[in-house]
Amino acid sequence: MELTRRDAVAALAAVGATGGVAVGVRRMQDREGGEDAATDGASAGDPSDRDTNEGTVRATMVAVAEVVYPGEVDGIDEFVDRFLDGRLDGSAHASGLREAVGELADASQAWHDAPVEELPAAEREELLRGIGADTADEDPDGTTAERVRYYVVNDLLLALYASPTGGELVGIENPQGHPGGAESYQRGPP
Amino acid sequence: MSGAESVGDGRSGGDGTTGDDVDRTPVPNADVCVVGAGPAGALVADRLAADREVVVLDAGPRFDPDDRLARRERAIRPAYDRPDVWDVGGERDAHENAGEWFYPLNHARVKGIGGSTLHWQGMVMRLHEDDFNSGTVRGVGPDWPIDYADLRPYYAEAERELGVAGGSGVDNPHAPPREEPHPMPAFEPSYSDSLFAEACEELGIDIHSVPNARNSEPYDDRSPCVGYGTCQPVCPSGAKYDATVHVDRAEAAGATVIDRAPVQYLDHDADRVTAAVYATPDGGEHRQEADAFVVAAGGVETPRLLLLSESEAYPDGLANSSGAVGRFFMDHLFAGAGGTLDEPTRQNHVGFYTSACDEFYDDADEERAPFKLEFFNYAGPSPVEMALSGDDWGDPLLERLRDGYGNHVAMGGLVEQLPRADSRITLDDDRVDDRGNPVPRIEWTVDDRALSTIERANEVQVAILEELGAEVEWVAGPDATGPAYHHMGTTRMSDDPAEGVVDPDCRTHDLENCWIASSSVFPTSGAMNPTLTIAALALRVGDGVDAWL
Repeated sequence: MELTRRDAVAALAAVGATGGVAVGVRRMQDREGGEDAATDGASAGDPSDRDTNEGTVRATMVAVAEVVYPGEVDGIDEFVDRFLDGRLDGSAHASGLREAVGELADASQAWHDAPVEELPAAEREELLRGIGADTADEDPDGTTAERVRYYVVNDLLLALYASPTGGELVGIENPQGHPGGAESYQRGPP
Repeated sequence: MSGAESVGDGRSGGDGTTGDDVDRTPVPNADVCVVGAGPAGALVADRLAADREVVVLDAGPRFDPDDRLARRERAIRPAYDRPDVWDVGGERDAHENAGEWFYPLNHARVKGIGGSTLHWQGMVMRLHEDDFNSGTVRGVGPDWPIDYADLRPYYAEAERELGVAGGSGVDNPHAPPREEPHPMPAFEPSYSDSLFAEACEELGIDIHSVPNARNSEPYDDRSPCVGYGTCQPVCPSGAKYDATVHVDRAEAAGATVIDRAPVQYLDHDADRVTAAVYATPDGGEHRQEADAFVVAAGGVETPRLLLLSESEAYPDGLANSSGAVGRFFMDHLFAGAGGTLDEPTRQNHVGFYTSACDEFYDDADEERAPFKLEFFNYAGPSPVEMALSGDDWGDPLLERLRDGYGNHVAMGGLVEQLPRADSRITLDDDRVDDRGNPVPRIEWTVDDRALSTIERANEVQVAILEELGAEVEWVAGPDATGPAYHHMGTTRMSDDPAEGVVDPDCRTHDLENCWIASSSVFPTSGAMNPTLTIAALALRVGDGVDAWL
């Protein structure tokens, strides 16, 4: 099942981000070049936002999504990229996400001597389980495992399953968090 | 700005109106001081603001509307408990439970501009005629000193103010009489309602629409419902009514609303309140004087404030010559049952219900409490929430979601509890809040009539579910019941100053310039959600205050 741009927009709406501003800033910086070109506009004035390279964040999130999303989902690259356009918006959440990705990337280098996105899928999953993200309860202020669960694994799962395509995988075209209208609840099963 | 943890704590920053640069000094020459910016206080303020100098004091913050989606994310994510969604808790909201039954107070309220309508579900029924005459008609509890007829025009006005989508009584033969249709058409029944309707028809049980304070079409410059599915505790679209609607309107008409200004006590002489003494975030304390005072702080904080205002003249608490302040604390009891079918039931598309059954309500008597039944549209787990918990991901997670979602059905119901003097709110002897004031101590008790009525509601629910072909997997009976988060009864209304705190106009018997607008004035609770009655009474209080001024 193909994830679409509409799904990414819906996922952003579900978490209160639109992505428009962040995308615009990022593209402007891309044109201007320089060291900060790969970071989003949110990084200005916040050193922690620059801790993890923008490209690393995006590549790592896509690589993790390929593990935590079901096999029948296509279009993960673009979906995650567009979701991050909005999610990396200069908020405290964006900083937390970068830091959690950075710790995951560090663990990947330490344990597998390679960045997350270059690991085979099985080793990526091993990395996530090794860091404890499978059994941890999400906690934005918790241990590494709890923060990877919160900012990486669960951010991706929230994005998917609050989107129309993610909902349809389960049998609900208007999942909780998606403003899919006040008609679908009236309809019977397809 | 995204992220559940990116939300301000509601106590600073945001839209620039909640920071420490806000002027929280008293308003000179105020006609009316309202304590509490929930639905009652907001409606009173809006009612009076055009012609009177009105000031509203609220203990909680002015929440930034732009944070609603992030608050909604908190509601979905397992890292957050329900009170976290609207920043309830901590020393400000400390309380003690000392009763036979545990009462989860901080799950049951929101402090701030808008009050508990920020997290309510938005169900708005009128009480039935017999609810106002329980003693006479049902043989238990006191009669209200007013009748349904006294409140009927205010009910209609409250429905227009809140914006109610309802069936206008056409499809509900058990609803009390009304003179005009609801302002908006009722929401269409759900798919699962249609399954329930077939079962109910077989059993000869009525099923009908239910009034929602939620836009079924554009109304009052607010959006129709867009199906976020998270009505309780956050509606990001504004389709669900909350009291910020009337706070905004009151402010536009000239009222002053001061947030983060918990009233510490009401200063007074023998027969008048002279000032509301309130604290501010900078550590200051101020006196808001006014000609009239309206206490609208809900069923727990209202009696607490009166008790905190004790004096030589009122050694047992302000306006408490009757001894009834804090007593007769009531809530509605939940009765429910649910299970699964062997077919899809299409749940969790929306977060409200669209069909109900009031058929058994007026069978109430001395032994049987009034109760109503609800047909849920949100039975079973939400796939999104399921996905964020568990040790699995990828294909195994999807398989678990598919197994867990799709064929649940459930019914709920509310049951009246009788007013009991030993069910009460007092001040705790040992614990104080962030301002050094004794916290509320809750002693909640429930009568046997309510418990046996829960069993009766369960019988009907299980019969319907079995007729539907469901495998019944859970029943919330007398041992598993809980409160519906409707605080009532703690400053009861009575003609007799020895029996109640307020008179039929909701003015305190003891103080000529002090009114109470709250479900705390309910002498009995009925089994209908209380907010429409709160709103109707508040509008009536507004008229009473205006006439007195």
